[in-house]
Amino acid sequence: MNRWLPFEWIAAVRFLREGRLQTAFIIGGISIGVGVIVFMSAMLAGMEANFIKRVLTSQPQIQLLTPDQVARPLRNAAGEIEDAVVQRPSQRVISIDQWPKIRAQMLAMPEVTAVSPTITGSALAIRGDASRAVTLTGIEPDTYFNIVKVPDYIVAGSARLTSEDIIIGTELAKNLGATVGDKLNLQAASSANRVLTISGLVDFGNKGANQRVAFIALRTGQSLLGMIGGVTTIDMTIKDIYAAETIARRIQAATAVEADSWIATNAQFYTAVQAQIYTNTLIRVFVGLSVAFGIAAVLIVSVIQRSKEIGILRAMGTSRGQILRVFLLQGGLLGFVGSLFGATMGALALIYWHAVARQADGSEFFPLILERNLFIYTAVLATVTGLLAATAPAVRAAKLDPVVAIRG
Amino acid sequence: MAEEILRLERVCKTYNVGLPSEVEVLHDIDLELGHGEFLALMGPSGSGKSTLLNIVGLLDRPTSGRLLIKGRDTGLLDDNELTHLRGHTIGFVFQHHLLISAFTARENIMMPMLADRGFPSAEIAARADHLLAEVGLERFGNNLANNMSGGQQQRVAVARALAMNPDLVLADEPTGNLDSKSADAVFELMRRVNRESGTSFLLVTHNLDLARRCDRIIEVVDGRIAH
Repeated sequence: MNRWLPFEWIAAVRFLREGRLQTAFIIGGISIGVGVIVFMSAMLAGMEANFIKRVLTSQPQIQLLTPDQVARPLRNAAGEIEDAVVQRPSQRVISIDQWPKIRAQMLAMPEVTAVSPTITGSALAIRGDASRAVTLTGIEPDTYFNIVKVPDYIVAGSARLTSEDIIIGTELAKNLGATVGDKLNLQAASSANRVLTISGLVDFGNKGANQRVAFIALRTGQSLLGMIGGVTTIDMTIKDIYAAETIARRIQAATAVEADSWIATNAQFYTAVQAQIYTNTLIRVFVGLSVAFGIAAVLIVSVIQRSKEIGILRAMGTSRGQILRVFLLQGGLLGFVGSLFGATMGALALIYWHAVARQADGSEFFPLILERNLFIYTAVLATVTGLLAATAPAVRAAKLDPVVAIRG
Repeated sequence: MAEEILRLERVCKTYNVGLPSEVEVLHDIDLELGHGEFLALMGPSGSGKSTLLNIVGLLDRPTSGRLLIKGRDTGLLDDNELTHLRGHTIGFVFQHHLLISAFTARENIMMPMLADRGFPSAEIAARADHLLAEVGLERFGNNLANNMSGGQQQRVAVARALAMNPDLVLADEPTGNLDSKSADAVFELMRRVNRESGTSFLLVTHNLDLARRCDRIIEVVDGRIAH
């Protein structure tokens, strides 16, 4: 006997060791449960990170726009309306009023990580006989690339964007028969005209976007769209992506602009992500419960099997508290050892699945994220679950009347 | 009588108090046991011997009356104090050995000391070895309980009962399941310990031959001391 180990630990380990088969089966059950939790958590975290990355690196998390222009009914006096029915006015593309001040305000917010003014509008891209309608986005590359990771999506050329350059989608390039280095004639609705050089091609993984997208320098955009010094949107990223909607509402209440969060503009996607998180949590809870009930069942059987031994231990002067701790420790040990095997099983299954599961284009289905914290949390959670599950059997053991227990 | 270890004054035990099945098992038991005394307790099955032994062993409480161990009124003690007093004053030997199967013979003897002190030590191990030698099982110290004969197990149980150097050992038919040779050996062992260390013994037995070799015989009939 190791002199550093207390009585309760020695007794708990011996009891578990003596019931080898029983212990092996329950550790197997716990391992499978923990393995499922580790596998699902890591895989879903990877998939979620992948989805979020795909969506949020190709669009801003919060976008500030000019508010809708509305016509108000003409009033003659209090409560007296001249024209009750008012036609909605057409929405002219106008600049955000005092946008440099709003940008400074946004930069001062602690939750905000990047702010970039942009100008967007429609134009016609013409090359030879071919022409296509495009969505022009005039940007400041230094700040905008912190929000939309355009360089990550470049498939040809570079993300260089001087006043003479343009970056277009791959589909648009294909339709116009153009490639990097070719000239492109851009014509705005106001008849303003500019010839730019294609510096890069981007692929956002979405055919529609790749057919329309065109990035140019902010000043080039302002001159083409006839809005010198103006911007139509201010794009932002924040620290906590799930707080986007709350922050957007706060900005809208505090300023004269309209604030759209990625949650509002991608409602279906957001709902899908949330549903995935809830499903994952539910699965973890139910697997955890089944593990807990398994541990409790095995320990209750053990208490019944060992009632005579518990009685003799009590007769020898072992306190109720010591008996309680012997069985609590067994629960904790089962949970902990099961979590070690389970975490290993889950990680190996994840590595195998990551190697096997591929998307249609051959890229990985989900990134392999095996964080140390996941294993630590799982081990702690399984140990605590084991302790909690052992509570009822341990209390039962501690309450055993030694006379009844010894008599059997 | 020598210094008193145990005194029972008008001890009664009733089960299922207030229920139609209420039954009084012990009636006004008065009993004293002196230091170093070896007392045999006899009586037919169901006469209340085991109940009396459980009460004396602080495993059960009397319904009325007083139980004094070394002059302390046990009725005034709470559960933890009773457990402590039991661990330090009383050793048990049961009919069915009741060794803990997960432990070796030596570890079984160490158990009461381990439960009391919390951690193993060289002193505890040495005491267990000494007791193993006392009961003539020094070669069987590492045997698991299930790998020993009934007589050997009962000798280990006697050694375990002596581990805390108790003032009183309660033995509930310790030879009841043994052949006559083993029974004689176990009885002689207890008698020797009694003579050499002065430990008092209260032995429940059906064996009149063994009872006659004790200092005194008490007979319990229908929950009363007959003589």
